[in-house]
Amino acid sequence: MRAFLAIYRREMAAYFHSPVAYVVLVAFLLLTGYFFYAGVSFYTLASLQVMQNPMMMELNLQDHLLGGLISNVSVILLFAAPLLTMRLLAEERKSGTLELLLSYPLSDLSVVMGKFFAAWSVLTLMVAATWVQIFLLAFMTPLPWLSLAVSYGGLLLMAGAFVAFGLWTSSLTENQIVAAFAGFLPLIILWAVGWAAPLVKPALGELLKGLSLGTHFQGFPKGLVDTADLVYFVLFIGLFLFLSIRTLEAKRWKA
Amino acid sequence: MIEVRELTKRFGATVAVDRLSFSLDQGEILGFLGPNGAGKTTTMRILTGFFPPSSGQALINGHDVVEEPKAARRAVGYMPENVPLYSEMRVEEYLYFVGGAKGLDRGLSRKEAGRVMEAVGISKRAHQLIKQLSKGYRQRVGLAQALLGDPPVLILDEPTIGFDPGQIVEIRSLIKGFAGTKTVILSSHILPEVAATCSQVVIITQGRLVAEGPIELLRAGRQGGASLKVLLQGPQEALTRLLQEVPGVDGVACTGTSPHLEGACYFTLETEAHGQVAARVAQAVVAAGHGLMELSPVSASLEEVFMQLTTEEHASGEEAA
Repeated sequence: MRAFLAIYRREMAAYFHSPVAYVVLVAFLLLTGYFFYAGVSFYTLASLQVMQNPMMMELNLQDHLLGGLISNVSVILLFAAPLLTMRLLAEERKSGTLELLLSYPLSDLSVVMGKFFAAWSVLTLMVAATWVQIFLLAFMTPLPWLSLAVSYGGLLLMAGAFVAFGLWTSSLTENQIVAAFAGFLPLIILWAVGWAAPLVKPALGELLKGLSLGTHFQGFPKGLVDTADLVYFVLFIGLFLFLSIRTLEAKRWKA
Repeated sequence: MIEVRELTKRFGATVAVDRLSFSLDQGEILGFLGPNGAGKTTTMRILTGFFPPSSGQALINGHDVVEEPKAARRAVGYMPENVPLYSEMRVEEYLYFVGGAKGLDRGLSRKEAGRVMEAVGISKRAHQLIKQLSKGYRQRVGLAQALLGDPPVLILDEPTIGFDPGQIVEIRSLIKGFAGTKTVILSSHILPEVAATCSQVVIITQGRLVAEGPIELLRAGRQGGASLKVLLQGPQEALTRLLQEVPGVDGVACTGTSPHLEGACYFTLETEAHGQVAARVAQAVVAAGHGLMELSPVSASLEEVFMQLTTEEHASGEEAA
């Protein structure tokens, strides 16, 4: 536990002593801020029109504004996460510090968990920063707090899945760029693979949807929780943390 | 304290360490010698648990490095070659991290960090970023992290590279100070350093053990008889004859005249053993009325022993191949 905390603290310090965390955070806030501005402007326009013509459509905040914003955040996280996770193990392997780290009486589990939670914390901080927008909105209109909480819970789970996957790709190589790209591509495919479901045989379609990150996330922006989705994300995180530990171990035997 | 049995490590087809066995008692300082690529670093990495051996066994304090990795690693302080450190951290902050990673609680970590910074002389640099330190200071931080937690075994891979001569003396005396309390393995190819700090020597080449034992024994054993160097004043031929008649002297060679003393010559004598022979030589020379200016026993330097061992082994290996 002490080793876990030591590693967690060191990783956090590494993010915030270097420009990495700030650059990613600023880029993230600029993007989400833009989407927020565009979303709110559009929603204002739409509500004006609906006021004049109530039969046009049924407008509600969760479906027509918040849900969209949260989906956007989830996609931006998909691109931010591998940039944050790429250095976790690859950098230590390249610089040789891993050799020293592994000579201490600590388990591979505490190394992997310490790094996982550090990167997850940074993503959590990023997600939390978008609450500035939520609070701004709360000045203007009453918000569906419960479904918002569910949506944000989903975002954090998803961020955890991205981090676990990125940590694993970082454990595979000593090259950070390779680690980042090996993180992006499969995540994007896993994200979008559910979209192909209507185009293939129903059985295969179900399988694709079952595997897809995007499909399992769908409910959260609407404020809906399905236990299957929860289980999916927990298993996804667990699987890739497990693989990270095994890779760390396997690299020793092959070294 | 440290026991290595039939240790073998293969990387694909190459054998980096080949059935290496040696052992080391508590409080001893072992110089681990060998030419570049002999398998020193590989052996040290196995001892510190970075990777397991292909076969064989390594025990630290009775704990197998593969079977009980945590117990074994708890007993070891390791300083790798090139000293990989987190360059973006401050010295003190880094040592606190090491304390935590070694499982010490917060208070103990701080106390230990203070103690080891004092021991290696970096207290004044505590708040500096590691990347701003000179090579010598980085090396000290590396040593500090190995000492942190007071492990009974220290494994130091080329610990004095990067130091200036003054610092080398300092670090050597620090390491020498561990004699009797800590068990130290120190790899080096600076032979005088090993001669100055170590009580035991293991020499390996191409992954195989070629010699093991106390330094003195190693030198004596490799000499094949002793020799004496004398500087005498007198007629050269008469002296040669005189020396040849001294009992215990097997061979006499005149190796040149002295540049400083008129009419004085250096002789190298092959003898059976030191002690009595030297006394007899002195007596004979003085009794015959010649001048005895200098008389010193010549023992093989560690360099000679090292060269002899590593090249011999190389040649026989080549023959076998």
